[in-house]
Amino acid sequence: MSEQKIIEIEVLRYLPESDQAPHSEVYKVPFTDDMSVLQGVQYIKDNFDGSLTFRWSCRMAICGSCGMMINGIPKLSCETFIRDYYPQRISVEALAHFPIEKDLVVDLSGFIEKLEAIQPYIIPKEPRTVEEGEYIQTPAQFAEYIQYTSCINCVLCYAACPHTALSPDFIGPGAMALLHRYNMDSRDGGKAQRMELAASEDGVYNCSAVGYCSEVCPKKVDPGNAVNINKINAGMDYFLRFLSPKGGAK
Amino acid sequence: MKTRKRSNAPIFWGLFGAGGMMAALFGPMLVFITGIAVPLGLLLPAGTMSYANMLAFAQNFIGKGFIFAVIFLFIWHAGHRIHHSLHEVGIHPGIVSKLLTYGLAAVVSLVAGVALLGLGF
Amino acid sequence: MSKRRPYVRSMDGWWKKNPYYVEYMVHEGTALFVIAYTLVLTVGVVRLGQGEAAWNGWLEAMQSPLSIIFHLVLLAAIAYHAFTWFKLFPLTTPPLVLQGKKVEPCAIVRAGWTAGVVAALALLVIVWGIAA
Repeated sequence: MSEQKIIEIEVLRYLPESDQAPHSEVYKVPFTDDMSVLQGVQYIKDNFDGSLTFRWSCRMAICGSCGMMINGIPKLSCETFIRDYYPQRISVEALAHFPIEKDLVVDLSGFIEKLEAIQPYIIPKEPRTVEEGEYIQTPAQFAEYIQYTSCINCVLCYAACPHTALSPDFIGPGAMALLHRYNMDSRDGGKAQRMELAASEDGVYNCSAVGYCSEVCPKKVDPGNAVNINKINAGMDYFLRFLSPKGGAK
Repeated sequence: MKTRKRSNAPIFWGLFGAGGMMAALFGPMLVFITGIAVPLGLLLPAGTMSYANMLAFAQNFIGKGFIFAVIFLFIWHAGHRIHHSLHEVGIHPGIVSKLLTYGLAAVVSLVAGVALLGLGF
Repeated sequence: MSKRRPYVRSMDGWWKKNPYYVEYMVHEGTALFVIAYTLVLTVGVVRLGQGEAAWNGWLEAMQSPLSIIFHLVLLAAIAYHAFTWFKLFPLTTPPLVLQGKKVEPCAIVRAGWTAGVVAALALLVIVWGIAA
């Protein structure tokens, strides 16, 4: 057994029932080299303060619920290791650009509304009956959108994008990546409806190509590229709609 | 479902993109030529920007078009970018930020356009 | 009654919090230098229209040491704009597919930088050709 090492974890606490504003608290947490920041936070809850609130589930970077600002950078706390920071202090804060509900839990209702608005499901071009069989898709057609299906809705990209806070109605990188995912699907016929949203004042032009969303994405979805591709798509439609109206956009 | 207004941003974003491309391709060399090489008499023939040469260039259809395209696209590129930047430092989109950026771009375009047309063909 | 009281954090100075944002603000800031250069050119066009004496006055002003230093700064800033403009291409443009394969982002950036250098040299040659 190696000797017990201690890491200082500074947590931004916010207790809506008693605090006017968030404040920092520092905890000294014993850790082993295989411990993630999430496990460090769990240690605090189990041993120091049971009221510490945070979201987590899978511990393997696929559920997308344990995102936190770790030393100011949006990360999944389950795949971020304490050993990489030791002996420096680790600061942990709720994901930026979202309202803090309590401690490390943010209010995601705005994001959920945006996610619903982009209609993240296939709207069939031509509804088929069971008898007519399945929707056929070639590997090349599948390759068009596969990258965007990797999104786990962890919203790290929103915590990376200043515009999601500066313009709270902005659809944002993650939802735009999913919008693009369905638009690029050969089975889908909902593009016109979705582009109405992308081309609106809440849409893609709120983005100024900061690009940090794609940097922090743990699944390499590249939501920033999805947003920017749709600036071109919406821009083409803006100028060409008089020549070849496709409907949908008003 | 919430009804959303189509954004007119493609106009400004399009100019931003075209101007950014123009500035990326020709900006550094233009600055070098007009601001460094010609004033210091480096590299280029003497009198490259003499009155006669520049007048002839600005009276030529292509030359006039090039000068206007540079000024017009550069200023709308920069105006749009600063419009975003103002939003980012807390001067949110409104009449003030629009006057400072798109307003400036419109005035500069107009001044340059009028001056260039005044030079004749 | 709900005890919910979501706390909204201030965005003041957000761009100072991360080196990535600082670099973003710097490359966005090149627009100020583009504006400055456009104003220099616009004044030049106006002076050209006012006759030979006015034009020569503008040329003379461009020769002052202050102007040279100013243009060196403009050159650095606008060159940085060009550098970052192409660097952002993998973010801002649709993926490029050649012969069924997605072109690597770094290849796109290199092609952009090359295009920038070629365009600059072409401009220099054309100007030289017209003047000679």
